[in-house]
Amino acid sequence: MNLHEYQSKQLFREYKISVSEGLAAASVEEAEKIAKSLNVNKWVVKAQVHAGGRGKAGGVEVVDSIEKVKEFADKWLGQNLVTFQTDEKGQPVNEILIETCTEIDKELYLGAVIDRASQRLVVMASTEGGVNIEEVAEETPEKIFKAEIDPITGPKLSQATDLSDRLGLNQTQTSQFQEIFDGLIKLFIEKDLSLVEVNPLVITSSGDLICLDAKINVDSNAIYRQDQIAALRDPSQEDQREAKAAEWDLSYVALDGSIGCMVNGAGLAMGTMDIIKLHGGEPANFLDVGGTADSKRVAEAFKIILSDKNVNTVLINIFGGIVRCDVIANGIVEALTVMGVSVPVVVRLEGNSAEKGLRILDQCELNIIPASNLEEAASLAVKASTGDIA
Amino acid sequence: MSILIDKTTKVICQGFTGGQATQHCIQCIDYGTALVGGVTPGKGGQTHLDLPVFNTVKEAVENTDATASLIFVPARFCKSSILEAAESGISLIVCITEGIPIIDMLEVKAKCDDLGVRLIGPNCPGIITPGESKMGIMPGDIHLPGRVGIISRSGTLTYEAVKQTSDLGFGQTSCVGIGGDPIPGTSFIDVLDLFENDSSTEAIVMVGEIGGTAEEAAAEFIQSNVTKPVVSYIAGVTAPPGKRMGHAGAIIAGGKGTADDKFKALEAAGVHTVKSPADIGKGIAEVTGW
Repeated sequence: MNLHEYQSKQLFREYKISVSEGLAAASVEEAEKIAKSLNVNKWVVKAQVHAGGRGKAGGVEVVDSIEKVKEFADKWLGQNLVTFQTDEKGQPVNEILIETCTEIDKELYLGAVIDRASQRLVVMASTEGGVNIEEVAEETPEKIFKAEIDPITGPKLSQATDLSDRLGLNQTQTSQFQEIFDGLIKLFIEKDLSLVEVNPLVITSSGDLICLDAKINVDSNAIYRQDQIAALRDPSQEDQREAKAAEWDLSYVALDGSIGCMVNGAGLAMGTMDIIKLHGGEPANFLDVGGTADSKRVAEAFKIILSDKNVNTVLINIFGGIVRCDVIANGIVEALTVMGVSVPVVVRLEGNSAEKGLRILDQCELNIIPASNLEEAASLAVKASTGDIA
Repeated sequence: MSILIDKTTKVICQGFTGGQATQHCIQCIDYGTALVGGVTPGKGGQTHLDLPVFNTVKEAVENTDATASLIFVPARFCKSSILEAAESGISLIVCITEGIPIIDMLEVKAKCDDLGVRLIGPNCPGIITPGESKMGIMPGDIHLPGRVGIISRSGTLTYEAVKQTSDLGFGQTSCVGIGGDPIPGTSFIDVLDLFENDSSTEAIVMVGEIGGTAEEAAAEFIQSNVTKPVVSYIAGVTAPPGKRMGHAGAIIAGGKGTADDKFKALEAAGVHTVKSPADIGKGIAEVTGW
């Protein structure tokens, strides 16, 4: 789950990580009030969406009058912001963040992630702030400094000082960095985060360290124990079909093709997409119905797959381990009957109670094309999709 | 021969009396697993599936001499269940549960390593030595005792590899699902090493997927340490970047972890790769001449 910048910064404040003064507004009036209350004559106004690249897309501006703050709020609130990270529709802007403007001397980078290779929480810092950090990692990896945090003993004092040395910070900045470093790690662990990025972390013209941007991703497996974080969820930023699928414990990702897929197991679901492609077709989605699929969830899965108007064929690939194929078969028949599905449905059932399942499909009077293995299923689905078989 | 478990391995189940655990324990017992009891706090002293139930893993170990534990407890209790097993003399833990917070896993993994305890999973189908014992949720009847060792990050794709190698008559020595989480207890490398040193394993199937760099690390390991032929399939060539594909660990982040990169690394290490999940069995036939 992702957080908005203003939400992330609020968490930063709670953990004594220094950020600019500012608040989010959901209306022009509120924006005006916040701008006035900050008692400055220069503001940074930032559209709040779950996507990067906002600056280049016009979603971030430095303004020097209350009028311009209002203009920016009026322009963006209720609109969609399109950046290189969003789709062509963009993300809805429901809030803008109004902050005091900081004079920047130098831009740095600070981030924390779970590093899968070392199996540690790793804090990364770089002198190359304000730019795409993936590019820095690719082109000049020596400019990224890392500290691996021991999950049992926690961070060591020397780790923060080592990073600040490498960043070339002076004594005052080093003690400020220590506070940010400790706060960031505490925040990460206590709130079950999976990523924090401060890009840029800046040295202001008066020589102080301050976080100008804040990006937080939260581990969705841990939301159950993070009530404060759960309340920050913004469904307007999520893909509606993916969110609907999640309500039914279905894992769904929309793609551009024409063959809708319903598969049990994430790996096999990806494998099914791959084999469709190898046969010259294009998958319309990733969908894992999970290990405990019943007829209700199969029906919901059908609804989500068919809500994509590009879908002209559905391929169902089930390898029953936990899940029983006869249960799935009943679910398919029920769903197709109730929904009046008109597109061809290719079904491959294997494993737990597969024969029973195939018998159920055999005995119904629906447009179901049975397949005896994965290869055949993919081939039949691609043919059905391109109109080579009825 | 086999790796990790055989018919003599004494197994307990944590979360024993729960619905999923009960269903799968019945199947494990039917398959031949030496299940000797289970743990459900508060239900110690009862009998379940004709086996004793204990309040703690320590009591279970003392009374049954179990060395392995199969865990079905809900995600929120997994950290304490795994650590309880690790600290009570269990040397092999298989955790089936999906959805464990990653912060919990960092600590669990470090402590298991310190204690020298092997953890398989979480978020995995478990392990099986065909014809002898299974600790997991895989359908037993698709397996065949034989010559191929199988390692996979995915459950149902493991079944696919199993079925193909059974249909061709090759069979399996052992199959290990290491799970789809970003921090797995056991890595590809750990299992590759076990198969390399297992005299009855003649060839290895490794099924990977997008996300992380475990396959690249495995490729390096194979190049210098594995003499047996390895066939590999990586799922997710068609997966878009930035989207989590079901498994918590299956995500292409910052341009890293693509299937193409993994295929390349494996091919450079001399691994026989197959681009279709339907060609795994065929791949084994090609590299072995069977």
